[in-house]
Amino acid sequence: MATVVEPDSSKLTLADFKGKVDPDWCPGCGDFGVLSSLQKALVELQIQPHDVVTISGIGCSSNLPGFIHTYGMHTLHGRALAVATGVKLANHNLRVVVTGGDGDGFGIGGNHFIHTMRRNVDLLYLAMDNQIYGLTTGQTSPTSRKGMKTKSMPFGNIEEPVNPISLALAVGATFVARGFSGEPKHLVELMKEGLRHKGFAFIDVFSPCVTYNHDNTYPWFKERVKKLEDDPNYDPSDWHEAMKRALIWGDEIPIGKFFERTDLPSLVQSEPILEGEPLAHRQLRTPREVVQGFVAELI
Amino acid sequence: MRSGSAVVFNGDTIKPKDRADGVQFCPIPVNELSKGSRNKVEQNTLALAASLNMMGVGFQPLEEVLTEQFKKKGDAVVRENLGVARAGYDYAATNFKPFPDPLPMTDARYAVLSGNIALAMGGVAAGVKFYCAYPMSPSTGVLHWMAAHARKAGIMVRQVEDEIGVINMAIGAAHAGVRAMCATSGGGFALMTEGLGMSAMMETPVVVIDVQRAGPSTGVPTKTEQGDLWQMLGAGFGDFPKVIAAPTDILDCFKLVPEMHNLADRFQCPGIILSDLLLSEGRASVDPKDLDFNVEIDRGELITSVSVGPTSQASVGTPPSAASLIGHSGRSPHATADSSNSQNGYKRYKITESGISPRAIPGIPGYVHTAATDEHDEDGVLISDEFTNPHKRRAMMEKRQRKIAGIEAAVPPPKLTGEPGTDVTLIGWGSTKGVISEAVEILNSEGISANQLQIRWLVPLHGEAIVELLKTAGKRTIIVENNYSGQFARYLRSETSYVPDGYIRKYDGEPFMPHHIVDAVKEQMAGKTKLSVPTHEIMV
Repeated sequence: MATVVEPDSSKLTLADFKGKVDPDWCPGCGDFGVLSSLQKALVELQIQPHDVVTISGIGCSSNLPGFIHTYGMHTLHGRALAVATGVKLANHNLRVVVTGGDGDGFGIGGNHFIHTMRRNVDLLYLAMDNQIYGLTTGQTSPTSRKGMKTKSMPFGNIEEPVNPISLALAVGATFVARGFSGEPKHLVELMKEGLRHKGFAFIDVFSPCVTYNHDNTYPWFKERVKKLEDDPNYDPSDWHEAMKRALIWGDEIPIGKFFERTDLPSLVQSEPILEGEPLAHRQLRTPREVVQGFVAELI
Repeated sequence: MRSGSAVVFNGDTIKPKDRADGVQFCPIPVNELSKGSRNKVEQNTLALAASLNMMGVGFQPLEEVLTEQFKKKGDAVVRENLGVARAGYDYAATNFKPFPDPLPMTDARYAVLSGNIALAMGGVAAGVKFYCAYPMSPSTGVLHWMAAHARKAGIMVRQVEDEIGVINMAIGAAHAGVRAMCATSGGGFALMTEGLGMSAMMETPVVVIDVQRAGPSTGVPTKTEQGDLWQMLGAGFGDFPKVIAAPTDILDCFKLVPEMHNLADRFQCPGIILSDLLLSEGRASVDPKDLDFNVEIDRGELITSVSVGPTSQASVGTPPSAASLIGHSGRSPHATADSSNSQNGYKRYKITESGISPRAIPGIPGYVHTAATDEHDEDGVLISDEFTNPHKRRAMMEKRQRKIAGIEAAVPPPKLTGEPGTDVTLIGWGSTKGVISEAVEILNSEGISANQLQIRWLVPLHGEAIVELLKTAGKRTIIVENNYSGQFARYLRSETSYVPDGYIRKYDGEPFMPHHIVDAVKEQMAGKTKLSVPTHEIMV
């Protein structure tokens, strides 16, 4: 739990992860807490900035790669997980962190979300979930509560919201957690666990939008969130119990690590072609005898 | 049927009446020769054996092929098929008249491959290390070959959830430093177009193969067409450089892939290969020597490592010293490693005269940067949300667009096949090369002098060079293409104002046959029409 960083020049500090520009999020935005927690987690694990690729889609939270000093890709709306899969497979020595919002990940990117979990791609996915579309000035998102009034549903949302935690569990994600940017210390620990996890690590982070969502505010979350870690009887290796807790939503909302299994190989571990040096650093030429064999098959 | 041809058919079930002059009818008594075998496909073996006899091919090649084909089913099946084949072969020898010019036999061994296999093997030659796809006819053959040979070739092959995922995954892999490729057909390509723009904006190369089938929408998945040209030309919103080429035959499918990867890498932009069902699912026999894997590999200005030394210079792979290039790490930095390449001042999108900025792959200390699809400045920082920055935006647009001049210089203009000054010049693009050249041969033999201009590079087109060439090429120019609206004719006109004398188009799902073009040329020379749409003969 120690977060004290030694004043040792060989050791990475928060300054090493400070981006070129400061975030332009609205004052009070939940995303600030996610960014600083990610920087802290990387410092505590002493991961080199050049070994990390932070990849996002499009949205307020997807601007994060520009605000952190790691390699970054700011891709298309909803496509970050597909891009990240390509990056990880081409160079499996890189640490891949994907960031984005609820619209990006569970709406337009829903298909990639499902399949990336199913494949158990070795990466950390942080969904900054504010239950609203912020960058486009306040429309209903896939996680907006039923009845919520927005510019796109002025008479109230008549659709049920998606539950990212139960969805992830159902699809077979091997690490499923929920954090809250108002609980940064807890969030840092979740991120560190997620970064250490071999396989797909998903953290749905409540990250309140102070401008467009006046329903799901800091105080609203503060009085509801309850850490799973505070329950001595909770066993995150029990999938059925995790599913039970995932469905709790109301006066009490659980946060913390719902589930982790370590017995399944990640996609990188399952693919014999990736044994050894990353593809990105291999020779381009295929050995002569191999290509001769390919031609011989045709004769 | 023309005089001199022969029709081999099942004499038990087919009783033809009329025949054209000089056509030989060859009825085979199938029941008698197959000795009542219940297997109806025996008639195919009989017909094949009879035909080979008439063409002057010995029995031995057929024996070898049948043995190979049926050996898995056991000796009895092999014996039965060989017996039937022998009966058909001998029956033809005694009952039918052989063709006057027997097929010449040779000891040479040829490689038989489809266009899709050629495209996949071209990927191996190019050094592709990442291939992904979503199954879609008629492009799926590329995926099948890649998947079957992935482990031997050291290529990561993934089947992805949809074509949106496909192109994004390929671009991710390319961004991390490998050569990446994917293939699809028109419908899948439509889903990829947003990703194509990302490749252009992030300046991350990617090569996409579109195997055209008859559209629109689901269309005719098992039939051919050249109907995707305008989709390719217009793919992606906004203005950005891209390269588009259509292979002209099956061997060219193999050769074009590494060429396209070199251009995409050098100019850090998307490259599109426009095949079609005719090439991709067609087969050709080629001299194995022509499948040369030792091709030029030019990765352009790519920074893949920091070499150890006092200067801490990164190794930058640029111009190609072709054959010597193996992989790319550890090469001497003979490319410009100016101040922008030094460790602290690295600008991923540095404004240069060529428009090309040295590209560092993730994982290298000192080159940390973010690549963004939002407009950005030289060091990758977004300018899209700045209050207003028209000057930076203009500079970045012009930087990217300047690459077009380099691409034009790297791609040759098309050449006329045959001498200029003919009665007719037939203009085609991509897969029609073979059929047009056969038509040209027939026209010349029938006293109509003809030559051919086949377009392989569609973007850049070299429109001015084409117009200049067409001034003297032939008295009459006709554009031949496998679509309804004359997509290439409209493209050439939009680029150059050039209007040909006539058009031959076909959009029934089938490819042209030589006589379609020959008859159409005659029809147009007789002044009957400027637009010929040959009718495809239904052969049952």
